[in-house]
Amino acid sequence: MSGAEAMAEAAIRAGCRFYFGYPITPQSELAEYLARELPKRGGVFLQAESEIAAINMVFGASVTGARAMTSSSSPGISLKQEAISYMAGCELPGVIVNVCRGGPGLGNIAPSEADYFQAVKGGGHGDYRNIVLAPSSVQEAADLSYLAFDISEKYRNPVMILCSAVIAQMVEPVEFMSPRRPEEVEKPWALTGAKGREPRVIKSLRLSEQELEEHNRHLQEKYATVKAKEVRYETRYLEDAELVIVAFGTSARIVSTAVETAREKGYKVGLLRPITLFPFPTHVIRKLAERVKKFMVFELSAGQMVEDVEIAAAGKAAVNFYGRMGGSVPSPEEDFEKIVDCYRG
Amino acid sequence: MKLVFDRPKSMKDTVMHYCPGCSHGVVTRIVAEAIDILDIREKTVCVAPVGCAVFLYEYLNLDVTESPHGRPPAVATGIKRARPDLFVFTYQGDGDIAAIGLAEILSAANRGENFSVVYVNNTVYGMTGGQMAPTTMLGQRTTTTPYGKGAMDGRPLRMAEWIASLDGPSYVARMAVNTPANVKKARKTVIEAFRMQLEGRGMSFVEILAACPVGWGLSPIEALARVEKELIPYYPLGVLKSVDSHKAG
Ligand SMILES: Cc1ncc(C[n+]2csc(CCOP(=O)(O)OP(=O)(O)O)c2C)c(N)n1
Repeated sequence: MSGAEAMAEAAIRAGCRFYFGYPITPQSELAEYLARELPKRGGVFLQAESEIAAINMVFGASVTGARAMTSSSSPGISLKQEAISYMAGCELPGVIVNVCRGGPGLGNIAPSEADYFQAVKGGGHGDYRNIVLAPSSVQEAADLSYLAFDISEKYRNPVMILCSAVIAQMVEPVEFMSPRRPEEVEKPWALTGAKGREPRVIKSLRLSEQELEEHNRHLQEKYATVKAKEVRYETRYLEDAELVIVAFGTSARIVSTAVETAREKGYKVGLLRPITLFPFPTHVIRKLAERVKKFMVFELSAGQMVEDVEIAAAGKAAVNFYGRMGGSVPSPEEDFEKIVDCYRG
Repeated sequence: MKLVFDRPKSMKDTVMHYCPGCSHGVVTRIVAEAIDILDIREKTVCVAPVGCAVFLYEYLNLDVTESPHGRPPAVATGIKRARPDLFVFTYQGDGDIAAIGLAEILSAANRGENFSVVYVNNTVYGMTGGQMAPTTMLGQRTTTTPYGKGAMDGRPLRMAEWIASLDGPSYVARMAVNTPANVKKARKTVIEAFRMQLEGRGMSFVEILAACPVGWGLSPIEALARVEKELIPYYPLGVLKSVDSHKAG
C-alpha cells in the first residue's frame, strides 16, 4: 500500500467519515482512495471547488464535532491558510495532510520538504500553531494519521501531517490499528442545535483588545501543554555520538542509511529524527549540545528546520547543514560524504 | 388580552449594533420569526458571515458559527453533510456572497446542497465603511467609487437570477423590506425557503434588498425610497424558481 493510501485508510479507522479535497499531484491517491472507500463505510467524500472551499467544509464538519480531514500539496496548502488560522482561533479540530512538492510557485511535483516554515511557524495569520507530524515510512504515515485525529480533538487544534511525495507514493507493507467508532466523547462546544441547553457559539472574533489578548494567552498556554506532552522523536546511536544528524521525514529516511554506513566505518555518528515538528524536540537537542561537538541538519529545502536546531543548540555546539532543493533528492552516498566531511572538518 | 407582538424565542433580548435605518435588524428578526413559526430552533445551526451581521450570535438565540469572509456556503456544506438532520442556514452580505465568495455559493447551489441562504443585498460593503460591492449600481458613489461606479468596475450582479439558472436549488426568490407589506412578503418567502430545506429539496435562496443609509449617505427615509425607486426596478422582486411550480410567481 502507498503512504497516501495508508494515511487514508488509517483516517477511516480513526473514525474520520468526512473528507473534502481538491485534486493536486502528488497526493491525489489519498483522495481517490477515500472517494472509493468512504461511501461504502458510511462517510462522505466531496470534491470541492477549491482548496479554500475544502478546508472550510472541514471547518463546518468540525463545528458539529465530526472528525474531518482534507489533503493537498503545497500550492493548495497555501490557499487553506486563512481557514486554518480561523480553526486555530475557533479551537476546532481537523486534520490536514500536506504532501509537499517543490516550490516556490507552481514549482514541480517532485519530493520536497520546503513547507516546514509554513507548517511549523503558523502559515496563516496571527499567533497560532499547528501540531505538525512528519512520517518517514508508510507504516508511520498510517500511525500518525490515526494519532492525528486524537490529538487534534484532544487539543481542539488543527493537526498537519507533512511529508514528501516519497512517503506518499512509496509502497510498503502496513499494519493498521483496529477500527474505532467515531468518538462518543462529549464535545461540550459542538454545534448540534440548542436543544434543552443554552446556544453555543464558535468564533474567533473578539473585538476588545483585552478579550482577544486573554484568548491568545489561553491559546499559548495550550501550545505550552502541547510542547510539554506531545514531543515525539526517534534516536539512534546517540550514546557516544560526536556528530548528531538531525533530519525528519524523507531526509531522515535517506540519511539514516548514510548514518548506518558511517557507523560501520567507525564514525561516531548518531541520528535524531523529530517526528513532531511542532512541538519540536528542542530540549533533546539542548541537552545533546552540552556533550556532542557538532550537529548536521539534512533537509529537502534551503534550510528551515536548521534554524530551530540552531536555537536549541544555543551556540554550545556547531550546527552544519546540507540541503537539496527544488525536488532534488540526495543519495545515501552523497549524504555519507557530507557526514564524513563534517565529521573530519 | 391577546398578545400580538413579542420578541421571537429565537432572538435574544439585547440591543443590536446596526446603524439607524439599516435593514439588517428587520431581516434578522424575520429569520428568527421564521424559525419560531417552523419550530426548529433546537435543531438549527446558523453560519454567520464576516460583514455587518458578524454579531448574529449576539442576537439569535441559536447555535451559531463564524465563517471566513465569503465561505459560509462551504462551512454550511460541511455542517449539513456531517449532520443532515440539522437545519442549517447562512446569512450573507453582497460582498460576502457576490465577490469573494462567488465560487462557494455557485458551487454549493450547483450541488443542490440542502441548506438555506439568506442574502442581504445593500449594494455596498457596509462593515468596512461603504466601499463598492459587485451589486453597487452604475453611477453610485461609494468610498471606492468617488466619481460614481463605471461599467468596468463591474455591472451590478443579479445573484438571484444567476442562482435560479442552476438546476441544484429548489427555491430562489428576491424580496425587499422597505415597506410593511414587503416585510410581510419577505417573511412568508423566508418561511417557504426554510420549509424547502426541511423537506430535503435542496438549496433555498432568498435575496433581500436592504437599505444602508450610512453607507449610502442618505437619511433612513431617503434610503427606503431609494430601494423602491432605484433598486427594485433593476433587481425585480418575486419568486424566481420553485420546485413546487404553483408557488413560482
Ligand atoms: C479575507 C477578508 N477580506 C476582507 C475582509 C474585510 N471585510 C470585512 S466585511 C467586508 C465586506 C462586507 O460587506 P458585505 O458582505 O456586503 O456585508 P455588509 O457589511 O454590507 O452587511 C470586508 C471586505 C475580511 N474580513 N476578510
